[in-house]
Amino acid sequence: MFKKFNHELVEKNAGLLGVFTILAISFGTLVEITPNLFLEETNRPIDGMTPMTALQFEGRDIYIREGCVQCHSQMIRPFRHETERYGHYSLAGESVWNHPFLWGSKRTGPDLARVGGRYSDAWHEAHLMDPRDVVEESNMPAFPWLAENTLDGELTAKKLSIFKNTFDVPYTDADIAGAKEAVAGKTELQALIAYLQSLGTNLK
Amino acid sequence: MSNFWSAWIIAGSLIVVFGSAYLLRMVIVDKMGEEGKQMPHEFDGIVEMNNPPPKWWTIMFAMSIVWGLGYFVWYGLGGYEGIVGWKSANKAHYSLASVNKANAETRANNSINQYINEMDAADAVYGKTFAKYAAQSVEELMENDEALEVGQRLFIQNCAQCHGSDARGQRGFPNLTDNDWLHGGSFSKIKETIIHGRNSRSMVSWTAALGGKEHVDNVVTYVRSLSGRKVNAKDAAAGKLKFGLCAGCHGAEGKGNQSLGAPNLTDNIWLYGGSTAAITDSVSNGRIGVMPAWGKILGEDKVHVISAYVYSLSNKK
Repeated sequence: MFKKFNHELVEKNAGLLGVFTILAISFGTLVEITPNLFLEETNRPIDGMTPMTALQFEGRDIYIREGCVQCHSQMIRPFRHETERYGHYSLAGESVWNHPFLWGSKRTGPDLARVGGRYSDAWHEAHLMDPRDVVEESNMPAFPWLAENTLDGELTAKKLSIFKNTFDVPYTDADIAGAKEAVAGKTELQALIAYLQSLGTNLK
Repeated sequence: MSNFWSAWIIAGSLIVVFGSAYLLRMVIVDKMGEEGKQMPHEFDGIVEMNNPPPKWWTIMFAMSIVWGLGYFVWYGLGGYEGIVGWKSANKAHYSLASVNKANAETRANNSINQYINEMDAADAVYGKTFAKYAAQSVEELMENDEALEVGQRLFIQNCAQCHGSDARGQRGFPNLTDNDWLHGGSFSKIKETIIHGRNSRSMVSWTAALGGKEHVDNVVTYVRSLSGRKVNAKDAAAGKLKFGLCAGCHGAEGKGNQSLGAPNLTDNIWLYGGSTAAITDSVSNGRIGVMPAWGKILGEDKVHVISAYVYSLSNKK
């Protein structure tokens, strides 16, 4: 085929160089990403994990819509200076039902991976309406429209069934049938607070 | 990690390292003609000289290959844990109990586990201090300025978001310096509140039970009179007749009941505001007061010190 496979051959054939370049780069993905799609460590939920309720689920969508992930991470790393403040470090099994992941990489605000149960609902309400009301030096924006917008729950059942069918999140038929009712009429603020209060509470 | 994926990772990593070594060899061995001469191509007068790769570059490339192999041997690769057995933390677990068990094994084996080593090193320094404080009574801690300072720091880190950095609270979050307590102000009660939290949901909407808005207004008028405000005596008298419903928690005289978390209505201290509008809101829409439980988050030793600090705010030594 080739008279001699050597450096000159690769350097003088742009197509061949391209193929080898792609091959070389693919190895990073094959070694670092591919195994994580199949390993037990990264795919098995933690013991006793329950899927988010319909209202928490809608709250998560609001969390995504408002871009909370730009300033808040949801990933406690195993360092003392993180676990002292935020609680036990995150385990992979806590995230397996999250699509997309909201781990984030920026902490303008604190990590929220275990914020559930740390504050009262009333605190979250006051804080989201105007963070300065409760934390004077906060630079977080206010989100007052969340209290005005009401959810109709039209798409909630569809969302839950997508998670059930595509991602194997164990929603029951009753969860999906009752999704609209559980959400309709609630404000976005209530949904977001329900979501925040659920974060990190599954690890026991 | 299964053997298959372990082998996959080891094979993939080694192919990259040895592939790089092969590439380096290719570049050195194949001189593509005579070195130092002009290459047989030219574009718009631009020519290329056939120069070998610089020696420093070649040496660094070779060194990085050696470094990479050494790294695998030292820290591990795939399922192989490396000659030092270094780990960042015990992560492949599915419950706290399982993590704790693995941590105990790590400690028993004296393994290198960055997180546990870091926590143990800190505990060796600070653990003694907290253990010493935990064994002391509140009276002893009150005499110890250092302990109170530690308590204050912990308070600012964990409690100030609601109660304020000066502990004077804000609307809906109690002032901790005024010696007016919803759930009791003894040291043991404060500690109990912090460890287990409080969840006061008894103050529901009373509009229907009181018989409508007019009765709510009368009760509010009566309640305002309890803290010595000038009110319409006729309305207050009408409100007093309905106050029996409130007395179940707040007491016949409105002095509250700490075992139920019902506030004293006679002391002119108002968690949600003492205006007519604010009290009307409380009576007609209810109030939910939640103090989160901190026992598991902070651990009892730290709660002990924070409790002493909070206690010291309204009990001068």
